[in-house]
Amino acid sequence: MRPWIGFAVLALIVLSGCAKPARDDLYVLLPGEVGSKTGALAVESGGQQQVLDQGYAAARIKEPGRVETGTVTPQEVQQAFGPALAAQPVRPASFTVYFLEGKDEFSPESRQIITQIVANIATRPAPEIIVIGHTDRVGTVAANDALSLRRAGRVRDEFVKLGIPPDRITVAGRGEREPLVPTGDGVAEPRNRRVEINVR
Amino acid sequence: MIRRFRWSTLALAVLGVSSLLAFPAASAENAGHIKVAKGAVHIERSGQRLAVAVGDAVNTGDVVTTGADGSVGITLLDNSLLSAGPNSALSIDKFAFDSTTHQGGFEASLRKGTLAVVSGKIAKQSPDAMKVKTPAAVLGVRGTEFLVRTSGPQDQ
Repeated sequence: MRPWIGFAVLALIVLSGCAKPARDDLYVLLPGEVGSKTGALAVESGGQQQVLDQGYAAARIKEPGRVETGTVTPQEVQQAFGPALAAQPVRPASFTVYFLEGKDEFSPESRQIITQIVANIATRPAPEIIVIGHTDRVGTVAANDALSLRRAGRVRDEFVKLGIPPDRITVAGRGEREPLVPTGDGVAEPRNRRVEINVR
Repeated sequence: MIRRFRWSTLALAVLGVSSLLAFPAASAENAGHIKVAKGAVHIERSGQRLAVAVGDAVNTGDVVTTGADGSVGITLLDNSLLSAGPNSALSIDKFAFDSTTHQGGFEASLRKGTLAVVSGKIAKQSPDAMKVKTPAAVLGVRGTEFLVRTSGPQDQ
């Protein structure tokens, strides 16, 4: 009886070794959001590389060094990655509000945009708000640095008034350095008198 | 007595310097924040296992883990989005980002589990500045959205 037990144990060990499930790696390129283009993903394993550049293109690796390409369906994606996709944070968004020449006063349409931005922020858990002021090229560089910061500060004050905690907001001024529309010095350009608001 | 004391001081100094050389001060950089946390989610940081809440910082050197019922969503400072499903372990290896020039670099390792990625400004500014590794592969990211599942025999 004894030798049989020993053999059975040995066989079990050998079998369990063989039955070890192979690696089952899956890499999938998703189509970009509507309006943005699908990028590319280079999958490299043990010196072998495959580039995925179509939406739902997939690479599987069962053993390192062997990358097999194919495609997956949206249903397969949902089955394999449902919880990871469901945990995706709200996508960051950016907004621009415009100002009157030489002032930290909002242009008429900007007030309404501020209200929209506050509504957008309200949908975000632990929101981070980055407010960056800009100017056109009328006035000195130093004066524009100060003006851009004042404009950003106006936006922050407006957000705080509408209930956003101040410690969620970061403010910066870039003066006339980053025009939306490049111009010569001293040129008044309403599109450059702006504050960018990035939320995430 | 005095002489022995000096020798031991010297030995301590040598030990101190050599340990500094062996372990260069790995300063943890803030890389992003937790935006979604469901079920069991932890961060392993400097040998400690911390429970995670929405709003917590994620730093370089952190390993973010999820339990059987867990999932987690992280937004990085360059607007990249990382989200992991159950039974996952994601290590944040490197992160550097200049918010003015958008230059930087990002490397993470998915040790096990599932991960969804939307690349941000780093990958947009410089292709191949963003890398995601698994035990079996290295992924070069060229401005894109993608999914990763990695599982080996050790995970079963």
